[in-house]
Amino acid sequence: MKKAIDSIMPSSSAGMSRIDGRLKVTGAAKYSAEYTPAGLTYGVLVGSTITKGSITSIDTKAAGQAPGVLAVITHLNAPKVPGDQPEGGKPVPPKGAFKVFYDDKIYYNGQPIALVIADTFERALFGASLVKAQYHTDKHITNLPDNRSNGFPPRGEGTYKRGTEDAWKAAPFKVEQEYIVPTVTHNPMELHAIIANWDADNKLSVWDKTQGVKGTQEDLAHLFKLPVENVQVHSQFVGGAFGSALRTWPHEVAAIIGAKVVKKPVKLVLSRADMFTSVGYRPFTWQKIAIGATADGKLTGITHEAAGQTSSYENFTEGPTGVSQNLYACPNVNTKYHLVALDIATPTWMRGPGEATGSFALESALDELSYSLKLDPVELRLRNYAEKDPESGKPFSSKFLNEAYQLGADHIGWSERKQEPASVKKDGWLVGYGMAGGMFGAYRSGATIRAKMNTDGSLLLQSAVSDIGPGTGTAMVLIASEQMGIPAEKIRFEMGDSSLPNAPTQGGSATTASVGSAVYQACADLKEKFQKLIGNGGTDKPDYAKVLKEHNLPSLEVVTETGGGNGMEKYAMNSWSVHFVKVLVNPATGVVKIDKVACVADSGHIISPKTARSQVVGGAIGGIGMALMEESIIDHRYGRYINNNFADYHVPVNADIPQIDALFVNKPDPIINPMGAKGMAEIALIGMAAAVANAVYNASGKRVRDLPITPDKVMA
Amino acid sequence: MESKKTCTGPDEGLDIKDSSRRNFLKQSTLLTAIALTPGTAIKAAADHVDEQFAAVFEKMPLKMEVNGKQQSLSVEPRSTLLDILREQLDLTGTKKGCDHGQCGACTVHVDGHRVNSCLTLGIMVNGKKITTIEGLAKGDQLHPMQEAFIKHDGFQCGYCTPGQIMSAVACIREGHANSEHEIREYMSGNICRCGAYPNIVNAIQEVKDGGMKV
Ligand code: FES
Ligand code: FES
Repeated sequence: MKKAIDSIMPSSSAGMSRIDGRLKVTGAAKYSAEYTPAGLTYGVLVGSTITKGSITSIDTKAAGQAPGVLAVITHLNAPKVPGDQPEGGKPVPPKGAFKVFYDDKIYYNGQPIALVIADTFERALFGASLVKAQYHTDKHITNLPDNRSNGFPPRGEGTYKRGTEDAWKAAPFKVEQEYIVPTVTHNPMELHAIIANWDADNKLSVWDKTQGVKGTQEDLAHLFKLPVENVQVHSQFVGGAFGSALRTWPHEVAAIIGAKVVKKPVKLVLSRADMFTSVGYRPFTWQKIAIGATADGKLTGITHEAAGQTSSYENFTEGPTGVSQNLYACPNVNTKYHLVALDIATPTWMRGPGEATGSFALESALDELSYSLKLDPVELRLRNYAEKDPESGKPFSSKFLNEAYQLGADHIGWSERKQEPASVKKDGWLVGYGMAGGMFGAYRSGATIRAKMNTDGSLLLQSAVSDIGPGTGTAMVLIASEQMGIPAEKIRFEMGDSSLPNAPTQGGSATTASVGSAVYQACADLKEKFQKLIGNGGTDKPDYAKVLKEHNLPSLEVVTETGGGNGMEKYAMNSWSVHFVKVLVNPATGVVKIDKVACVADSGHIISPKTARSQVVGGAIGGIGMALMEESIIDHRYGRYINNNFADYHVPVNADIPQIDALFVNKPDPIINPMGAKGMAEIALIGMAAAVANAVYNASGKRVRDLPITPDKVMA
Repeated sequence: MESKKTCTGPDEGLDIKDSSRRNFLKQSTLLTAIALTPGTAIKAAADHVDEQFAAVFEKMPLKMEVNGKQQSLSVEPRSTLLDILREQLDLTGTKKGCDHGQCGACTVHVDGHRVNSCLTLGIMVNGKKITTIEGLAKGDQLHPMQEAFIKHDGFQCGYCTPGQIMSAVACIREGHANSEHEIREYMSGNICRCGAYPNIVNAIQEVKDGGMKV
């Protein structure tokens, strides 16, 4: 499959359509909350109204007597979760995952303090409104900038140094600036939901929104001390997640506890407001970048400091300073990363974790440097192009970022850009261009595929992998179709069920590389099995149905396990992207309009052009949201989110978004996997926010360093 | 003007009034009985018996046509059309993304107009015709908008998709799909967090320009 192909810019109708498209457009695709096991009941969570302290009393009488209510569960009556209990003889770890209904402690506003279960959703919701708690309140802190001095280095990730520390200071040209990425919430359209049912005392089934059925299965087996095979996790369709379904959250455990109490299946769907407190978010992060350069634009030193928020009970790290360590060839780099523990729920990975935050700072600072050097920002990047990994010195498995720069610049009409900010006006709007790039490690892990060829010539592939939206099944079918030499319509891909063969959790842009490699190898194994049947003289891709019939076989099957690949020892493996943006800024109102976007991905060979395009377009739109509108705002007096709904938390809508062009260098990576494909989910977003900010500066002369770039900041 | 028709469809009107009245009478007789004995009433209140009574009697009949099929239900007045579709009729194609009228995932057609079903109480659509995503295709033959969404990849995760498609069909019917710009404006009540917007616009334009009957 390692073909050298020219770069491509697919249209929205190019190539094969999604294999599950029909199910999605007819409403037949079933998401987690949409199953109806017999006796289904409904659970609604009650959240704490204080931010820190403890529950002194909790009145559940009225709720318990409300019509249809079957149970009200609190820390006082919840059955114990065995995996949450301290291990005998071992010291209790000072920090760890939040344990729902464990004790009277309150760690964050909105923390679940009760679960009301009723026979209908309406009755559970009403019952939940009747639960009243009294609290002992302690003073809380939810504000990072005021508490940055309390930061501490996370274990193993605190500092990095190569060359001379703070070498930027001695450079003739330098930039030193602070940048803010606020709390941003994943907010997939599907509310997180679970239906939990105890099939027997030691057997559990869940229909659950998760990016990894196997991971969830293991977590639940551990928490409830069950044999892994006694836990069934179904997650056939996932309505977006972007990282929010990478771990097991308290509401999932709460529903399972609830199902134990009422001895019936319990459906628990988070409200949109719950989505801000219950399933993680991109953490508010303060950063400071200092860069030094010679007069001809060679970087001499980068110093990058970051302080990100975490909860008081758990340390979450995402390495935002990593980009400064390896995006550019710079001899002297030192970075420092601190965490600040606040009275909030634990953050989690969100699309482009770490890099999205870090690249906003680094790529903005580089843009600032380009203006002081009076050098084109693309040229500045080319002068500091890393030909090998600056951190390890290893060669890259493949890197065609320079081609990506060229493709994007040509496509957006970069030559139209004026270096002088605020110098172009059209129809009353200021016009500006900006660019920025991103990178993300190209990972691959082990996966197993069962492949079965039937006498009708149809191929069944099975894997536990989830698809949160990118079109995993579609890409897998395309790989198999090419390998087996049969049409895609003949191939079925079954997924999203823990009883299927092992697959990694969908995250870190690694699914195609991991599961795709297993599909590729399974096809090779299956073909080999056919060859053995045929004996000598068989062709590579025989008429499978005919061979089966001739040998009187109902089917032929292989189960193939592939490893994580071993390229990492010798090579540095990454995907790269660069985003070019043209914006219009209204000088009277500060409104920013995105006029044109060209995103270029260097992510190896493109397997499924249509879905790849959608992924890049979607990532770019996520980046536009991050740049222009997204911010989860806490009223620090109360420690509570005040915009926890879609009217006040703005995400891009159709009117905000122009046509977005997605271009692919489309050169296979010879090392990472047999398809030559690298991930693209994260790089689609990484760098986008800086590209927009840089374009806003070019248009208006206003440099906004704290996201989002709202009109008030442009006008300030 | 539209709102006048609420709750009384042309044929079902009388029927509904009658049964509501019967319910009301039954209910008030019981409540009167409680009211006559003050001690019982206080105890009843303390035990939330009133709510339990209310729960039994506060169900309203609801007749509506959903995807061409008559449905006769008994619903709580507080139940939204969205929850009735999803939880009682098992029509889970209509999605819940916010429950507050802020995302469009729950868009259905009520008498041909696009409506957020989460902002619509079931009893408000008595006697009306509802079309959900499940009722858009003609048997095996997809609606042109469904075909166009597949062709232009107007989705990734698919969760906003039923709402987008119902909105898109209505957008053309309303005459609000005359330019790319107009489509974007009139489709902005439907959030797609996966960011399929340009593809959605392309799909709608294809259907509009193809002159297909929606
Ligand atoms: S669920 Fe109705 S608008 Fe969001
Ligand atoms: S397709 Fe996922 S939200 Fe629109």
